[in-house]
Parts: sequence; structure tokens; C-alpha cells
Amino acid sequence: MDPEFFEAVAMPLFDQLYNFAHWLTGNRNDAEDLVQETYAKALKGFRSFAEGTNLRAWMYRILRNSFLTSRSGLRAQSMSPLDDDEAGLITLAVHSLTPEFLLLQQEGKQTMVDALACLPVNYREVILLCEIEEMSYKEIAQVLSVPIGTVMSRLARARKMLRELLTARPTEKVSKWTVIKTPSR
Amino acid sequence: MDCDQNPVALGAYLDDELPPGEAAPVREHIGTCPKCAAEIAELVRVRRGLRAARARFAPSAEFRRSIEQQIRQPDRRSWRPQLVSAAALIAAVLLIVIAFGLFLHRTGDLAEIADLHVNALASANPVDVVSTDRHTVKPWFQGKIPFSFNVPEFAGTEFTLLGGRMVYFHQRPGAQLIVAVRQHKMSVLIFQDDLELDRAFALPAGISHRKNFNLDTWQLQGLRFFVIGDADPSVVAKLAQTFREANR
Repeated sequence: MDPEFFEAVAMPLFDQLYNFAHWLTGNRNDAEDLVQETYAKALKGFRSFAEGTNLRAWMYRILRNSFLTSRSGLRAQSMSPLDDDEAGLITLAVHSLTPEFLLLQQEGKQTMVDALACLPVNYREVILLCEIEEMSYKEIAQVLSVPIGTVMSRLARARKMLRELLTARPTEKVSKWTVIKTPSR
Repeated sequence: MDCDQNPVALGAYLDDELPPGEAAPVREHIGTCPKCAAEIAELVRVRRGLRAARARFAPSAEFRRSIEQQIRQPDRRSWRPQLVSAAALIAAVLLIVIAFGLFLHRTGDLAEIADLHVNALASANPVDVVSTDRHTVKPWFQGKIPFSFNVPEFAGTEFTLLGGRMVYFHQRPGAQLIVAVRQHKMSVLIFQDDLELDRAFALPAGISHRKNFNLDTWQLQGLRFFVIGDADPSVVAKLAQTFREANR
């Protein structure tokens, strides 16, 4: 496969992919590793990539799958609620409700972006793909390998969580979430 | 006022993802239901708040370059067959060079043996021990070379022993005997054999021809023998044979 052609179609996604990777991993080093791995895998598998299918969704899918099997990805998953269809009261493990965030919250200074950083990874990624990357539900379903219905319900829950994180007074609603402090490493 | 509107549908409405027929009823509902209108407003607020997350993290120019380089590197799998053939070519060339080097080395060694012979003949004193008696020549070498050998009895043959001298070949001390047959003088050179000599002179059996000299060499009882001279190949072979028998 022609690397020049691959570069022409894949490099325009570079900045977005990096932003997405950084949002997933939370730091520059892991994000760079992830993007590098993504481009290496994509170049290698470009032969098998059928022309006419969605290159962007394909690249994001590679990146997201690489993330899930990476060390930081496995750690993030272990702190995410697994069941999408869980009804009723969400017992949510918000792993990164940092003291800083709680402080900002008390002062009413926390932003939507701060709240996004606090979302468990399976909700964070669906918000990123929808709101930041502006993908269609169909594309998101391709990236996450889930049915469109799951995309919709997960997205609705993610938006609800963001609002709760912003509006909740720590003493009230957040207390119903199981707050797990990130173990210091 | 209660409202049974599914919040998931409101999100899909906002994202413009409702099937064609379903968007209009939802829009109508929002217009009449304050609760759902407020909900939509909240979703819009979230969306607006998340704009700051776009392009929040920018890759460094350096990182971009490294990825571009990674892509431009030719696909390893596609040039692997070429690599293999290139390696095979290099190996073949190396083999030829080594074989040629060995050949040169060997011809160099043979030339040196010939030089030893010519040297002795050109010298004013071709031999250091002048004697036709093998019982004089052989003891003369005692203490001069680190081995001993037998000189055949030449009485009654066409060969005449003229004498002997010490020689060095590749820092090895050895014995050189000059044997005459009619007007031809021949050298018999004897050294202690070792791996290096053995490898250098692994010649096919029989007489080799070298710069107009005929040469026979063989290894026997830990010794390396050379017979070299301008006599007939058959004469060289015959002299070689007498030495083989004497040292068996």
C-alpha cells in the first residue's frame, strides 16, 4: 500500500486523534504512545481497509481499541461502571473526583471541561466522539463496536452525569456516588 | 405537569439523529412542554460548555514530524524479500572474496616455497652442511630444528644428496635438503605440520605446477614435506616417493 496515499488521507486526522488520545489517557506521554501505535497499526492494516468505508471511524476505532488494551486503558476501565442498562439510582464510581475539583465545585468555578475529565472512560469517550468530534451515532457505534441504541443511552447518561457533576453540591448529590480516590502512585 | 418524554429522544433530537418522521412530533412537544424545553436548554448548555474541550490538547510539531517519518518509512514487509536477496548477494560476494583470498594466500604460500628453493640455489653457499652422506646430514640438524626426519638412502639411485640447510617458513624452523638428479637440483623442505600449514597446502594429491617448478607436498607423521624442482614431474614424484617411504 502506498504510504503517500495513506499519509494524505490519515494525517489530516492527526490533531483530532491526538486530542482524543490525550482526553482518554490524561497525559502527553501516553497520548503520544497511543497515537503512534494507532498510525503504525493503521498503516499496517491499510491494505485491509476497504475504500469507501469510513476512514475516520476506522482510525478512531483502532485508537480506542489500542487504548483499552494499554496499561492506562485497563486501569481506566477497572474504574468504570460496566452495565449500561442499569436502571434507577446510579451508583457511580467517579474515580477522579479530585480534591481540586471538589474545591472548584464548592466555589462554583468548575467548568464543563473539568467535569468531562472526571467522567468514567466509557462515558467520557462517547461524549468526546459526539460533542468534540461531532460524529454521527452510526460512526460512534462503529468506533465503539456497540449498537446505535447503546450509543444513545450511554450518551444520555453521560450528559446527565456531566450536569450532576456541575450542579450537585458536594454534600448532597455527589454523596450518593461512590467516590474512589485515585490511588497515589 | 408530568411528561413521559424519553430523555434519550431529546438528546437524539438535539444531535439531529432522530428518524425523519420522529423529529417533528418532538419539536412540537418541546414547544408545549416547559420541562422538556428546560431539558433541551440544559443539553445545549452542556454542549456549549464542552466546546472548550475541542483542540484542548495539541500535539507538538516534533511529534507530528516523527509520525510522518514513521509513515514515510517504506513498509518493512514489502522490502523484506528484497532484503533477503540483498543479503544473499552480499553473502555470495563475501564467499567469493574469501575463496579468492584463500586462493591468493595459498598461491602466496606456494610462491614462498618456490622462493626458498630458488634462494638456496642462487646462494654462493647453497647448503650449510655439505655431504652426500645421509648419516652426516641428518645429525647436523639435531638441535637446530625441533623435530627429526629420515633421509632415504640414495646410493644406487639417480639422486645425489648435495647437503642441507636450515630455513624458516612463516617463523617455523625447517630443514631443506638439496638433491641433484643429473643437472637438476631439487629441494626437499620439511616443517612441523600444524593446522595453518595443513589448511594452506590442502592441495589435490599429485604434482602441482608452479612458476615452471614442479611441486609435491604431503603431510606425514606430523611433518609437512615439499619436494620442488625444475626436473620432470615424474622425477619429482619419484623423489617424493622415496621420502614418503623413508619416513613412514
